[in-house]
Amino acid sequence: MTDETLLKTPLYDMHVAVGGKMVPFAGYAMPVQYPLGIMKEHEFCRAKAGLFDVSHMGQCYIHSKDGSDPAAAIEKIMPGALQVLKPGKMRYTLLLNDEGGIEDDLMVTRTHEPEGTLYVVVNAACKDKDYAILEEKLGDLITVEPLEDRALIALQGPKAEEVLAALAPEAAELGFMEATAITLEGVVCWVSRSGYTGEDGYEISVPESEAEALCNRLLMSDDVEWIGLGARDSLRLEVGLCLSGHDFDASVSPVAANVTFAIGKKRREEGDFAGADRILKELAEGAASSRVGILPAGRAPAREGTIIADMDGNEIGKITSGGFGPTFGGPVAMGYVPKAFTEVGTDVQLLIRGKAHPAKVASTPFVEQRYKRKQVS
Amino acid sequence: MLKFTEEHEWLEVEGEIATVGITDYAQNALGDVVFVELPEVGATYEKGDEVSVVESVKAASEVYAPLAGEIVEVNEALEGEPGLVNSAAMDAGWFFKIKIADAGELDDMMDETAYAEFIEGLD
Repeated sequence: MTDETLLKTPLYDMHVAVGGKMVPFAGYAMPVQYPLGIMKEHEFCRAKAGLFDVSHMGQCYIHSKDGSDPAAAIEKIMPGALQVLKPGKMRYTLLLNDEGGIEDDLMVTRTHEPEGTLYVVVNAACKDKDYAILEEKLGDLITVEPLEDRALIALQGPKAEEVLAALAPEAAELGFMEATAITLEGVVCWVSRSGYTGEDGYEISVPESEAEALCNRLLMSDDVEWIGLGARDSLRLEVGLCLSGHDFDASVSPVAANVTFAIGKKRREEGDFAGADRILKELAEGAASSRVGILPAGRAPAREGTIIADMDGNEIGKITSGGFGPTFGGPVAMGYVPKAFTEVGTDVQLLIRGKAHPAKVASTPFVEQRYKRKQVS
Repeated sequence: MLKFTEEHEWLEVEGEIATVGITDYAQNALGDVVFVELPEVGATYEKGDEVSVVESVKAASEVYAPLAGEIVEVNEALEGEPGLVNSAAMDAGWFFKIKIADAGELDDMMDETAYAEFIEGLD
């Protein structure tokens, strides 16, 4: 794909101006890193506040067509407890196919609209597919309204609250996985306390014409730096979060992918979602193979596609995400292994460039998540 | 005598031994180096053979033998401190020492001035 055919986010010119190294990603020209470099960007985000352009992701509203709850409609193909979402609450969930495979993972938020309209964010690489699935399966119940005129930025890290609260004190009041409309620099933005780095932080949906000014304002703080896709990947890997299309795909069930936390308790009892037969069976019996953390014993990073072998050298699985964890201080990875090998501490080998490297099955996250959950009093 | 290849390696030649590393240009393009897979001492290579792998946070890149010869020493400091490739590419970040089999292979390589011009012409 040539540069001319790549899409640009509303912040493209800003990235280029500050020396962002632009690469093709999901059809967009995106900054993989800035002059700071992936390692320092990663460390900066964990220490201060990283600013990410995630405008390539798909933002949409899901409206009801007949006045019924749009969450009831999408629950047919998503296993999360979504009807119970109150205005301003959000949830991570999965888009399932009829075989119980994961087409994509996504965030669903209940807006404050009286009709119960949902605000949904899906992965960039999947957005056309996701919208088509929603239309095909649920088109008589809901309308999907893609929000093409909005940028999406993420501000992630321990300083995110302080930085955003300086612009709007109410930002500090939001709890983890809550969202609301907040006026930032005179512009009404949809702000959620969420992200995909394992750090406390926000995602901010802002009209595209105002995105650059908002980013410039945030970057006035010494505690804020642009962070590229490279560090975004190492940040999410260290905290054990899945990358759609890599750590699972449409053939893999939520049980195999080890994301069963996204299946609501009541939903399991009722089993009223796509692919429930397979998913409930695997919940009860376990999947034939499933996603685990893999900790290489040495220093060599095990990248996606690396073969996992048992101690006799027989291939048992593959690494789906792997690399160097700057905060962890060594290589970390995730991959699929058969049921008999899923126990934490199990010895395995990684075949890197033809040589066997020792590794162990490990629990994730590799680095502690630091979300700002509200205290239950 | 300092020589350079189009694959962004440098060779410091002393007698029949060449100390080999990657250039500052190369380390800058690779980004933060987190692991270097070094060859075995005693192994022999032909020019262009894959002799080493350097892993940055981003990706793995092969390092090819700049000339034929036998590995006589490797930089074991890189095991504990791969970042030397970034911070001292041209000295403490060297990869290996190779006993030159055919000194004629040095003739095709660039000197410092020619390499500076070569990278000037890139991107």
